[in-house]
Amino acid sequence: MSNPPVKPRLVLIGNGMAGVRTVEELLKIKPDHYDITIFGAEPHPNYNRILLSPVLAGEMTIQEIVLNELDWYKENNIKLHTGKQIKTIDRVKRKVIAEDGTEEDYDRLLIATGSTPFMLPIPGNDLPGVIGYRDIKDTDEMIEAARLHKHAVVIGGGLLGLEAANGLKLRGMDVTVVHLGPWLLERQLDEIAGKMLQKSLEDKGLKFLLETQTEALIQGESGRVAAIRFKGGMQIPADLVVMAAGIRPNYSLAESSGIYCNRGIVVNDTMQTYDPKVYAVGECVSHRGIAYGLVAPLFEQAKVAANHLAGYGIGRYTGSVTSTKLKVTGIDLFSAGEYMGGKDTEEIVLNDPHGGVYKKLVIKDNKLVGGVMYGDTADGPWYFQLLKDKRDIHDIRDSLIFGQSLVGDVGHAGKSKAAEMADNAEVCGCNGVTKGAIVQAIKAKGLFTLDEVKKHTKAASSCGSCAGLVEQILASTIGGAYTPAALDTKPMCACTDHSHKVVREAIVAKNLTSKEAVFAEMQWKTPNGCDKCRPAVNYYLISSHPHAAKDDPQSRFINERAHANIQKDGTYSVVPRMWGGLTTPDELRAIADAAEKYKVPTVKVTGGQRIDLLGVKKEDLPAMWADLNAAGMVSGHAYGKSIRTVKTCVGAEHCRFGTQKSMTMGIKLEKMLFDMYSPHKVKLAVSGCPRNCAEAGIKDVGVIGVDSGYELYIGGNGGIKTEVAQFLCKVTSDEEVMEYSGAFLQLYREEGWYLERTCHYMERVGLDYIKGKILEDEEGRKAYYFRLLDSLKDAKDPWATSREEQPIKQFIPIKLEA
Amino acid sequence: MSNWKLICKLDDIPQLGSRVVQRVTGGDIAIFRNAEDEVFALHDKCPHKAGPLSQGIVHGRKVTCPLHGWNIGLEDGQAVAPDVGSCSKFDVKVENGEVYLAV
Repeated sequence: MSNPPVKPRLVLIGNGMAGVRTVEELLKIKPDHYDITIFGAEPHPNYNRILLSPVLAGEMTIQEIVLNELDWYKENNIKLHTGKQIKTIDRVKRKVIAEDGTEEDYDRLLIATGSTPFMLPIPGNDLPGVIGYRDIKDTDEMIEAARLHKHAVVIGGGLLGLEAANGLKLRGMDVTVVHLGPWLLERQLDEIAGKMLQKSLEDKGLKFLLETQTEALIQGESGRVAAIRFKGGMQIPADLVVMAAGIRPNYSLAESSGIYCNRGIVVNDTMQTYDPKVYAVGECVSHRGIAYGLVAPLFEQAKVAANHLAGYGIGRYTGSVTSTKLKVTGIDLFSAGEYMGGKDTEEIVLNDPHGGVYKKLVIKDNKLVGGVMYGDTADGPWYFQLLKDKRDIHDIRDSLIFGQSLVGDVGHAGKSKAAEMADNAEVCGCNGVTKGAIVQAIKAKGLFTLDEVKKHTKAASSCGSCAGLVEQILASTIGGAYTPAALDTKPMCACTDHSHKVVREAIVAKNLTSKEAVFAEMQWKTPNGCDKCRPAVNYYLISSHPHAAKDDPQSRFINERAHANIQKDGTYSVVPRMWGGLTTPDELRAIADAAEKYKVPTVKVTGGQRIDLLGVKKEDLPAMWADLNAAGMVSGHAYGKSIRTVKTCVGAEHCRFGTQKSMTMGIKLEKMLFDMYSPHKVKLAVSGCPRNCAEAGIKDVGVIGVDSGYELYIGGNGGIKTEVAQFLCKVTSDEEVMEYSGAFLQLYREEGWYLERTCHYMERVGLDYIKGKILEDEEGRKAYYFRLLDSLKDAKDPWATSREEQPIKQFIPIKLEA
Repeated sequence: MSNWKLICKLDDIPQLGSRVVQRVTGGDIAIFRNAEDEVFALHDKCPHKAGPLSQGIVHGRKVTCPLHGWNIGLEDGQAVAPDVGSCSKFDVKVENGEVYLAV
């Protein structure tokens, strides 16, 4: 009998957030690869350390902040040693030895020993009643002290210190915060915001001693600390002293085993130490000279480490921009990046001391590089996203300080500020998810990302219009732990670590022409992708290599495979094209005949000026199309990420106000774009005069006739989020309308990410960028226009082709006799 | 004892695709073929809101319902976590390039 193959052994030192997160990421991408053992010095399973402050404040319990129950370790066959501190790492024999003598061998070692609070080197720092603030034990001790004692002193006016002070105050203690710096949170806030914060905390009853240096802690008769003395001689009573004056990475274990350390365990961009068998993540690490103390960067490190431990070797950690949010109920504060500003930066400031609102944005080279917000932090995540994306803000600069305009945001009754919402307020109108349910899931399940919230609650998983709101709720619930991924580095889906941008660039640069080639070249983690990445990859292939890449029907959503729209009962809807919204008695007769022949239950006029036949059985589709084709009609593509309609008004042909022939112009555009697939749906409109009866202001491309020619508008949207189209330029002839709008659409087809509407594409790249490509570069514009026409040169009606070719089988059910 | 019925040739089902088998009673059955030419059969009704799974995108050993994007395991008919629900499965086999269903 043969033994099962021996698995390599992975030992993790440190049962905290960074280490366990790495193991979770590893199990996600390569389960069963290692025999895993975890050592934790604390007697608890992995818990959410950043929520200790709400526990101290009495807003949550320890049980609520546990991230991985003991059962999780069991289910994943992880051997867990709690309450055991590792004493030695023997790198020659590749084993670790705990203080109690427990030994474990390893093939790969992961060190995540975190950090310890810095205890000021002053007399009395080891007295009973003097503690750091780091773990459950410290929290318990503070809760106990609050029960028995009166006076608390917190040394350090940073995030942790203020949260501790707030918690102790809520538990009834008299709390003084001693701070060496000139204002609170000087590493996160500028002076104005720091002073505003101090004022609100004073209103809550906290006392502050700024620019004050502690000299000694004085023992009382009971042996416990009794007072604190400052430089200059002042002394105040203290039954509890919490040191929150910074953290020190815990790297002595690694250092004593000969691993190179320099104020932390030194790792490279793949989270490897100088010993290639040993990885390190978390607060104990020094990466490019920086040790991070916030949780979001640690999670990014965990992802990279897991990928390399799994042997995929993709992904590098290149450092993080961090943001801060203070978890003190009732105080709204957010800061990110270079919030102080410098000599080559500019600042936009909104200061309303009476209203308690202060916002400062720091800008460098037309990009947001930092910001501080106090009192109104609703737009914090949005600013942070702009900062991470390095988005050029030149075109939105004049309204930037007022935040992301949410005007016209439908589906949640205009509510746009997470903090103001009641728990029973509906956030996701599609799936009926309330704010309370989201907060509950974030806390109970330990969720950290928008994707996780989507999966567990379904919020923002349908139309996505509430995604911003959900992000705000996430940010306000977990504070600094929340980091949105930068758009251009965010992985497409769980099948890959690559972003849309990277995949698309590789398809072009490496001339990849099939999904198999893409999956192999980009080392996809799943054999054939998923419902998210496959349609995207298929689109990138056919749009990048129009005639060389073959369309893969099985990578398309059913609507694009069946050339009709699936309905809730599994029937389909059929919309014949009516060029420019025009039709004829013959066409109407053919539609009426088809409706009767195939017993269509509902006939409806659509918003795009055509007729929808709803409730058609799939097996009837080919025959119905044949009838409609025979009457000269073709597919309306009402189902695709493609050109939909060109809506027109009557225009100069009949209208007494018309200045241009909008119907003719509309038909020309619709014929030019027939069968055009795009990242998302594309709608156009042409109005014959500025009265704009065709509603061109909310279309992807809107054309408005004026006496001297046409005005072109782009990036409008009348759906989820009403967006007014932006003025692109004015042209004089029909040919120019086709060239400019065609060039813009080709640019969007080549650069838009799958499922990104033109308005979102424009928000990402900026209108100035588009103007540069389309208006300022004539040769470039003509090249885009030419590529559009070239890729559409053999456009065919999918209704006709799908009847002739193999795919027809999908329409025919197999009948099983009883 | 199972009663194997010949349904179609393997090549009548596209790779990463499916076909619908209509029964006189008991509802439609969806037959799936994945990239490795494994064949699976499920009741053509998503446990969420009864969407036709046969119309979904097949990937690995899963299908994504076309209506609201639930992922259903092809082997066991179970919804992929965190969604919860199950859909009945049927025995199916391929012999000499022909697909048989146990009904």
